[in-house]
Amino acid sequence: MLNANKLSFMKNKSLISITDYSRDNYLKLIEIAEGFEKNPRQQLLEGYVIASLFFEPSTRTRLSFESAINRLGGRIVGFTDASSSSVKKGESLKDTILTVSNYSDLIVMRHPLEGSARFASDVAPVPVVNAGDGANQHPTQCLLDLYSIKKTQGTLENLNIALVGDLKYGRTVHSLMMAMSNFNATFNFISPDSLRMPDTYKNYLDEKGIKYYEHDVLEDALPHADIVYMTRVQKERFSDPIEYEKVKNVYILRNAMLEETKDNLRILHPLPRVNEINEDVDTNPKAYYFEQALNGVYMRQAIISSILGLR
Amino acid sequence: MTDKTRSVSAINEGTVIDHIPADSLFDVLSILKLDELENQITFGTNLKSERYGKKAIIKLEGKFFEDDEINRIALVAPEAKLNIIRDYEVAEKKVVGLPDEIHGIAKCMNPKCVTNHQNISTRFRVKDKKLVTLKCHYCEKITDKKHLEIL
Ligand SMILES: [Zn+2]
Repeated sequence: MLNANKLSFMKNKSLISITDYSRDNYLKLIEIAEGFEKNPRQQLLEGYVIASLFFEPSTRTRLSFESAINRLGGRIVGFTDASSSSVKKGESLKDTILTVSNYSDLIVMRHPLEGSARFASDVAPVPVVNAGDGANQHPTQCLLDLYSIKKTQGTLENLNIALVGDLKYGRTVHSLMMAMSNFNATFNFISPDSLRMPDTYKNYLDEKGIKYYEHDVLEDALPHADIVYMTRVQKERFSDPIEYEKVKNVYILRNAMLEETKDNLRILHPLPRVNEINEDVDTNPKAYYFEQALNGVYMRQAIISSILGLR
Repeated sequence: MTDKTRSVSAINEGTVIDHIPADSLFDVLSILKLDELENQITFGTNLKSERYGKKAIIKLEGKFFEDDEINRIALVAPEAKLNIIRDYEVAEKKVVGLPDEIHGIAKCMNPKCVTNHQNISTRFRVKDKKLVTLKCHYCEKITDKKHLEIL
């Protein structure tokens, strides 16, 4: 049984990077998120003001945070993209953060520059939740992924996880891999040759003694998978357009491919999807990506209320 | 003192920094902010060295460094040796060693790092003292020796 005190580490602390937290912390947050799923309307944030600073637009993430805050009865101040704020007039990030800290109890921020959230948390007197800093970290996405895996598999332990698509630049797959490496997962990496999992991450798994296999073909990894995590292969990532044309249709999941898969298999995707999951998968009970997005609201309720010491 | 070190004039009291790779001399001058010092400074460069072909040496009259201060040059001159001189004699010898954290000397090699766009002093944790790999406190990316740029 988890000790309730274990989460006091979160009180008044910023959430910047998934690696700032331990496996016990992940499990405790999942437990709290389960409580919000059972009873999502709890007025814990009455009288609280949360700043939502989106220096670059991300409608999906912003709506999820706003929904979580609203369901907790909190109020939101902020901006939805930097062009409508003083940032456009050349205000430094430090000045914006210090100013907004006066008006809010917690700052949720999204920023295109890597390290911006860590910097903000160093200067802000109030806690900061990183809602994505460039290609670096997006810890609430990772935590909602963990919640989705726990909810669909009943456990995080000993799972077979296939990560598909852009494994070189995809921050969500890197964070998920780091987090799940605490639970004795077996990984299968499926990607075009030019977008393979970087060596630094593979070395990390080697050091921890965690098994992983690399494949070129999606079908090879499907029969044993408990979770298939799909990501977009983006055209911008290829220096050679011919290379992109060669692989763009190779990493597409189709319903027919799911016939010989395990009953408990669930398909995850951070969304938005382009064409990497064919729409004929959507009605398959193994498709989980839309519920996964809903889980994000419960997890963000859990994160915000824990940081504010209300849970 | 050997003949080699004597090729740059001797000092009375102060510090001799020896075994600086010749191509790192100007980085060392800048890291130690020697251009701001009023002390008498002499340096020699492209001196013969068995270890790296060409080395540089700096002699500072009347200047002594704190360990924290001098250790920062280990970034560019990991094998530098210090001779503390008192009354024309070597009173103490020291080697430099990289500290656990580096503040504001090196540039983060990640072009998207916030430190390259805002007025923020860089901050790194030294991941590997031998290979000189630095992990940015902010963007979490590694800057390795090959891409090291001194600010
Ligand atoms: Zn950086």
